[in-house]
Amino acid sequence: MAETVRKEQVVRWLRAAAESMREQKQLLTRLDKAIGDGDHGINMDRGFGKVLEQLDGAADLAGVLKTAAMALISSVGGASGPLYGTFFLRASAAAAGKEELSASDLHTLMEAGLEGVCQRGKAHAGDKTMIDALLPAVQAFGRALAEAEDLSSALAGAVEAARRGAETTIPLIARKGRASYLGERSVGHQDPGATSSYLLLKALQDSLV
Amino acid sequence: MKKVINDPGDFIRESLAGLTRAHADLLRMSPDPLFIYRADAPVQGKTAIVSGGGSGHEPLHAGYVGAGMLDAACPGEVFTSPTPDQMLEAARRVNGGSGVLFIVKNYSGDIMNFEMAAELASAEGIPVASVIIDDDVAVRNSLYTQGRRGVGTTVAAEKICGAAAERGLPLSDLAELCRRVSSAGRSIGVALSSCTVPAAGEPTFILGEEEMEFGIGIHGEPGRERIKLKKADEITELMAEAIIEDPEYRRTLQEWDNETAAPRERETSDPPFAKGDSVLLFVNGMGGTPLSELYIVYRKAAEVAEKHGLRILRSLVGNYITSLEMQGFSLTLLRMDEQSLSLWDAPVLTPALRWGR
Repeated sequence: MAETVRKEQVVRWLRAAAESMREQKQLLTRLDKAIGDGDHGINMDRGFGKVLEQLDGAADLAGVLKTAAMALISSVGGASGPLYGTFFLRASAAAAGKEELSASDLHTLMEAGLEGVCQRGKAHAGDKTMIDALLPAVQAFGRALAEAEDLSSALAGAVEAARRGAETTIPLIARKGRASYLGERSVGHQDPGATSSYLLLKALQDSLV
Repeated sequence: MKKVINDPGDFIRESLAGLTRAHADLLRMSPDPLFIYRADAPVQGKTAIVSGGGSGHEPLHAGYVGAGMLDAACPGEVFTSPTPDQMLEAARRVNGGSGVLFIVKNYSGDIMNFEMAAELASAEGIPVASVIIDDDVAVRNSLYTQGRRGVGTTVAAEKICGAAAERGLPLSDLAELCRRVSSAGRSIGVALSSCTVPAAGEPTFILGEEEMEFGIGIHGEPGRERIKLKKADEITELMAEAIIEDPEYRRTLQEWDNETAAPRERETSDPPFAKGDSVLLFVNGMGGTPLSELYIVYRKAAEVAEKHGLRILRSLVGNYITSLEMQGFSLTLLRMDEQSLSLWDAPVLTPALRWGR
């Protein structure tokens, strides 16, 4: 794996993400049916399908991220639309003017995206949301870079942290979104948003190999 | 799944195309981004009201577009919030120079999408205020949840504020009125059966032949508990008392403030009902319960309300905020004062609500 990420690879990431959302549509919908309204897979698949349709118009790396943001904002709906849209919008702003991203740039970009998600959704770690996958992933990525790991292994660590983070939502009581109405009954189910966040990061890892 | 549909993907557009055609005198449809708006929009000098939310609750919201109620409605996918591009374009279309009020039901998706839309519209110089409706007493506290969901009171808020906008109320005052209506209303719902989202093809949840969900949300969200099916009078009494005996409810809401053009947190509390209060009693069907049964409920609900010393001044019975074909109903009690009563009685001409002249 190269030590930098260029526009073509970001495009490949989004294509891989779209493919993953399509493949895992049933899984996400099944998870959402248990503690939500059963449409997360449908919405994510539709949203990333729209991203693919609009990717060609983007001029540069930040433009690709912004195009993805706007496509998600205008087609996903629910809470996931503004949350993932905000993630990519902030990531785009952090990537402004860059031809390629170093591992450290990629970390900055993910941190900016995560901060946007936290502000928009007003959720915290442990609320049984996307943040439970994204936050440990971004932290693990930062730690790996601080220990001078290369991009490939840092990313592998981040993806593993996201996977574990999504799993740790199983025993949690949901405190945000529709699942929160279930209270205790939300225990025992993995959060669909944390799961799609893991899939998104996994797609990034897969597309850079 | 048995449904009178074509391609599930065309469900909303085809339904709205029919609505707009059937009410061509009242409505217009913007196909992309999708929204329904008043045929005579923008009404110059009138504060415009835009609402919206997931589809599947018909006639809410598109059925309430017209004189004396909404200027535009933005429908999302079934049970999924609409998106900011829809609200932004709707706001541009209906703004008659006096700004736009967003009436938003309290769901995380609706809140975030309307907030992004308010941000975008404000940036263009359109004055926007938003008000959140959260009246479902099935949700007891807001500390560890998204807070109470927006249900039946939304219909009343759209009617009352729509009438006030026709009378020339400016944006800030209209938002304040809307907050008072929201604070005066409480609701609770029950489900006897689930519903099936066309694109999902399977029921959202399963209820046994002898079960009901007490405190159901309009998207099939679970409520307080799953209980054994009871007779109409028993169910109605439980529900009416859950509303009437509901204590003061406090929470913090974040709404868009037109004066600072920024989000603003508002701490607010709803006082409980008290003996002597004048109320609107609203019995709402979820889509799969016949009117005959809703009137059985009304009869008992009225009896319970009067037993608690409430004076029923107005009534509304029918399918106004539904969950596709779900069997079940909701009760809403709205405390009314002279102003809201007069605005409730004011003329309205929309596909789903029309009276007066």
